[in-house]
Amino acid sequence: MTLAQRMKTLAPRLVGANNEGVLAIIIVVLIIVMSLLSPSFFTVHTLFSIVRSALVPSILAIAVLLVIISGGIDVSFAAIAIFAAYTTVHLAQQGQFDPGIIGILLFACAIGAVLGFVNGAVIARFRLPTLIVTLATQGIFRGILLVYIGSRYIAQLPDSMAGLSTANLIAIDSSRSYLPLLVVPVAVIVLIVAWMLRRTMFGRGIYAIGGDTEAARRAGFPVVRFQIILYMMVGAIAAIGGLIHVILNRNANPQDIVGTELDVIAAVVLGGASIFGGRGSVLGTVLGVVLVQLINNSLLLMGVPTAWQRAAVGLLLVVGVGIQALSARRASRRTFVLDTVEA
Amino acid sequence: MAERNEAPVLEVRGIVKVFGGVTALDGVSMSLLPGRVHCLAGENGSGKSTLIKIISGVDTPDAGEILIDGEAMSGMTPARALRAGIQVIYQDFSLFPNLTVAENIVLPAAIASRKKLFNRARSRPGAQRIVDELGLTLDLDADVEKLSVADRQLTAICRALVQDARILFMDEPTTALTHSEVARLFGLVRKLQERGVAIVFVSHKLDEVLEVSHDITVLRSGQLVASGDAREYSVQSLTVAMTGRDVDTTRLVNDLGKRGAPLLEVSRLDLPGAFTDISFDLAPGEILGITGLLGSGRGEIVEALFGLLKPESGTVTVNGAALRPGSIRSSISAGIGYVPEDRLTQGLFLEKSIADNIIAGSLDSHARGKVVLSQKRIAETISTLFTRLRIKAPSVAAPVRSLSGGNAQRVVLAKWLATKPKILILNGPTVGVDVGSKNEILTILRDAAREGMGVIMISDDVPELVSICNRVLIVRRGSLVAEFDSEQIEAQRIQEVMAA
Repeated sequence: MTLAQRMKTLAPRLVGANNEGVLAIIIVVLIIVMSLLSPSFFTVHTLFSIVRSALVPSILAIAVLLVIISGGIDVSFAAIAIFAAYTTVHLAQQGQFDPGIIGILLFACAIGAVLGFVNGAVIARFRLPTLIVTLATQGIFRGILLVYIGSRYIAQLPDSMAGLSTANLIAIDSSRSYLPLLVVPVAVIVLIVAWMLRRTMFGRGIYAIGGDTEAARRAGFPVVRFQIILYMMVGAIAAIGGLIHVILNRNANPQDIVGTELDVIAAVVLGGASIFGGRGSVLGTVLGVVLVQLINNSLLLMGVPTAWQRAAVGLLLVVGVGIQALSARRASRRTFVLDTVEA
Repeated sequence: MAERNEAPVLEVRGIVKVFGGVTALDGVSMSLLPGRVHCLAGENGSGKSTLIKIISGVDTPDAGEILIDGEAMSGMTPARALRAGIQVIYQDFSLFPNLTVAENIVLPAAIASRKKLFNRARSRPGAQRIVDELGLTLDLDADVEKLSVADRQLTAICRALVQDARILFMDEPTTALTHSEVARLFGLVRKLQERGVAIVFVSHKLDEVLEVSHDITVLRSGQLVASGDAREYSVQSLTVAMTGRDVDTTRLVNDLGKRGAPLLEVSRLDLPGAFTDISFDLAPGEILGITGLLGSGRGEIVEALFGLLKPESGTVTVNGAALRPGSIRSSISAGIGYVPEDRLTQGLFLEKSIADNIIAGSLDSHARGKVVLSQKRIAETISTLFTRLRIKAPSVAAPVRSLSGGNAQRVVLAKWLATKPKILILNGPTVGVDVGSKNEILTILRDAAREGMGVIMISDDVPELVSICNRVLIVRRGSLVAEFDSEQIEAQRIQEVMAA
């Protein structure tokens, strides 16, 4: 490969298939601007607190990413997350028994997978619009949680979970900066999902289904089975997100998480995942989460009222979707280029 | 050549398929021999594509059986069909627009071999090999959605051949290919045939079909009407078998009288990538045919007239007044009506009644005053059109979904006639319509034109154009390459110019 050719392939690679490069540049610019505006911004303390606040949204965003790539949208993930986490804590507390963190994890994931199965079965079997189905199940899951399982706030976590709440990977006592140990499982899950999407037939199948469901069927992908597995997986990942939320907060509140859907979906879309399906990457999603958290944090630091944070994220979402719609239109204009190969 | 008495590799017997009251296939049987090219011929909507979908496991038949190597297969699924060595190159290619060419080529093979993992880098050589073997140039790393139609077709062909196909269906594989590419494809077909692959070739270009095929099966309206050795057929006799009548070149055209001022004038219309320098006019009462191959730009031209696409330059005037480019409202208020290509998805509300569909486009003109609709006038319009167009349905309250293709198309026509357009543009008005309905639709159009309406009709069906059009324009690669006026129209010549 000549140098010129290499340069030509380098530029698009830096930008990334889903504009990850552009997103990274925006984040860097935002960090520089904030550092100039506020001297307390560019510190390890801020870094760690942003990472800490990004943990749960990252996990949830990864779950949503999977659904969006497959051409759907899920708004029930938050309800599933808190359902699984709260139910697990509630049962452990009532039974006065602590199954250990692995036991708790498996139990919560099982609950999440069952709830995800409900979504997947309805969507795949009856080919219903994913937004409506998950909107409905969100209400159902939340209702069941509050009526049958409990609506009380639980302040005392099982010991195995409480122990994790205070475990830090890095602790700098002088500046009161702590990086929670839970960064590790989050990173592991993110990497596993990234690997799965790139290197397994299941992962490529999700992209194929999102690109053209009928073509995926014709190519021999078991579309119904893949969709059901996908939603179960999304439920299980959401459950882990719920557990991490509960551990970080050191209490279990059944009213939590629901309401953060906007932040999470906005992060995924800003991260380059196409709302039309078939496109999106784990790296982009993580960058999207970082951007949203960075903006929330910056607004806080500048003394902007919290109500404006939601407006800002909403605005970001519109911008992200708008960019997609524009580039989709440009792409469609390109596709009716005629066959100009002369016979 | 393979022995004639060899056992068939695939056999279908008595396949029946009914879609919502319409019989798409009615007891069709066919058998494929290894190493032979079998032509599946038939008009649009004769059931060819449905038969392919059933054999490849995408649709389930209502009756009949599929035998592979003499063994009955029950509960065919796409994955099982692929494992049995059945490969289909679909008309719409069925590619994944968001994935690269290489991935598109190798993924189905990976599914068929029940792989669990996928490595993009390691699967690339396999894709490269088949591309080289066919002597093609394809950018393996490009996303399919960025490819031209011809390159997509080549990708679909590569994808089918990368797996060891024993039975290969090619549904209209040559529509978007140039002459040299078609020749290369045929070379390939012969190579595959020597390897013992049974090939089913579906094409509208009958001379092509006869050039490569050994056996022929002809479908008409879902029924098997002829089958046998290809050498016993000519383009002429094949057409008769497909249409069930002699090639209807009898022209029944309205007399235009002396040419007055044109109703529609199109001048130097230009949209880079779609069409260039398009100029023509249309007289009141004239029926103008526009034809060309798929992807030639013929559809884009009329979409620009109706404002669905915005041309970069050029003007369209109706009765001397210029239209605002790219504005559907401006086109409608100037009196242009457009019947789209895919009538089922674009032109109708399937769950709504015939009455609602007929009136859907012309509610404005049925208003009493400005706001309130006049129920009486609406009812009058509906019943007039319902009877005039002889829509076969129990009542105007029947949902459009329950109608057959021909009747659904009549409802679309009724909807547009209700708006009393000055110019009616029809894109493939008789696609998927049986011969009887087709003639009636043409009669309706002739009658409408006689009352002074200008009609522009896009069609693949050359005999149809010959039988109804005052003039025919031919589009090739985005340009008007020929115009046949009344005295020159002749099916053979139109076909020659189109495919040149």
